[in-house]
Amino acid sequence: MRLSHLQIILWVAAAAAAIAFAALRWSSATDGKAVAGPAFTPSFTLADSEGRVRTTAEFRGKFLLVFFGFTSCPDVCPTTLSEVAQIMDDLGSDAALVQPIFISIDPDRDRQLGLAEYTTAFHPSILGLAGSEADTRSAAASFKIFYGRETDSSAPDGYTMAHSPGLFLIDPNGEWLRQFGFGTPAAEILSDLQSRF
Amino acid sequence: MNHFLLAAALALTAPAAMACETVVVGDLTVENAWSKATIGAGRPGVFYVVITNTGSTDDALLGIASPVAGMPMLHETVIQDGVASMPHAMSIPVPAGQSVQLSPGGYHGMLMGLTTALKEGDSFPVTLSFEKAGEVTVNVEVLSLRAEGPDCADAGQ
Repeated sequence: MRLSHLQIILWVAAAAAAIAFAALRWSSATDGKAVAGPAFTPSFTLADSEGRVRTTAEFRGKFLLVFFGFTSCPDVCPTTLSEVAQIMDDLGSDAALVQPIFISIDPDRDRQLGLAEYTTAFHPSILGLAGSEADTRSAAASFKIFYGRETDSSAPDGYTMAHSPGLFLIDPNGEWLRQFGFGTPAAEILSDLQSRF
Repeated sequence: MNHFLLAAALALTAPAAMACETVVVGDLTVENAWSKATIGAGRPGVFYVVITNTGSTDDALLGIASPVAGMPMLHETVIQDGVASMPHAMSIPVPAGQSVQLSPGGYHGMLMGLTTALKEGDSFPVTLSFEKAGEVTVNVEVLSLRAEGPDCADAGQ
């Protein structure tokens, strides 16, 4: 390898700085046990693929594993939803305790492309939601996450979406538990879930 | 050296999984080309590959082309401040003596304008254009939607 020591050190330093910064930003929300901050209760009121309005209230009693994404996303979203699918398979009989939810941040286009067709291709248990623009904004705000539309002439329809790529875990009382950053191995998320049952 | 490269190029006709083929162009070795099944043709497909530069001159991947996609582009997933975005990559550096991966969560080819849905088990050609090594075409194996990458016996190198 021709990567110089300096290059390696710089990359490691850059990665460490990025992680530290991300950790700072998320420290108030990542782990309710470690931080004595006030618990918060994310909520959504969003339509499913059949147009029925679904709310967080109906899932009390279950853990929610929530991902915000869009179905034209070729890399991050399929990678994460594949992990979710693996977790649901590996949970076995405990799968009934967990409801995975995919919330579209590109709801108009995703409704046209077909939401259920997309989520089912990964796992039949994943519930896809695509509400109005305003309802999607308030759902994201209640999860304290960011998303935004970016103009990109090299993307389909001339735009793409930037978004928080984590998986968010909500407890059976509706309270935020933690997030799993993008790329967290499915096995790690699985054992975290199993430790809570 | 050329004989060695020829032998390496011929070796790829072995009946191994297609994604595990190795194609050599100049100082570059291109291998593990794979894609994921798509849900219909309306959403973009993805292209992943590993490129190794065994030479002493830096090169760069400038673009990709494929008969299955009207608008294939290079992108990079960037996660910054907890937000993932996917800027268009004008080129992907392939520095001398290094390996570059187009892999989930990083650089990737985005296959827009698919002419057909990509089905698991299918394969399709992608032509990579390099700044110095020129063009090379690889066969891309379509793995399942949930695949994390090709399972090549010698993947550990």
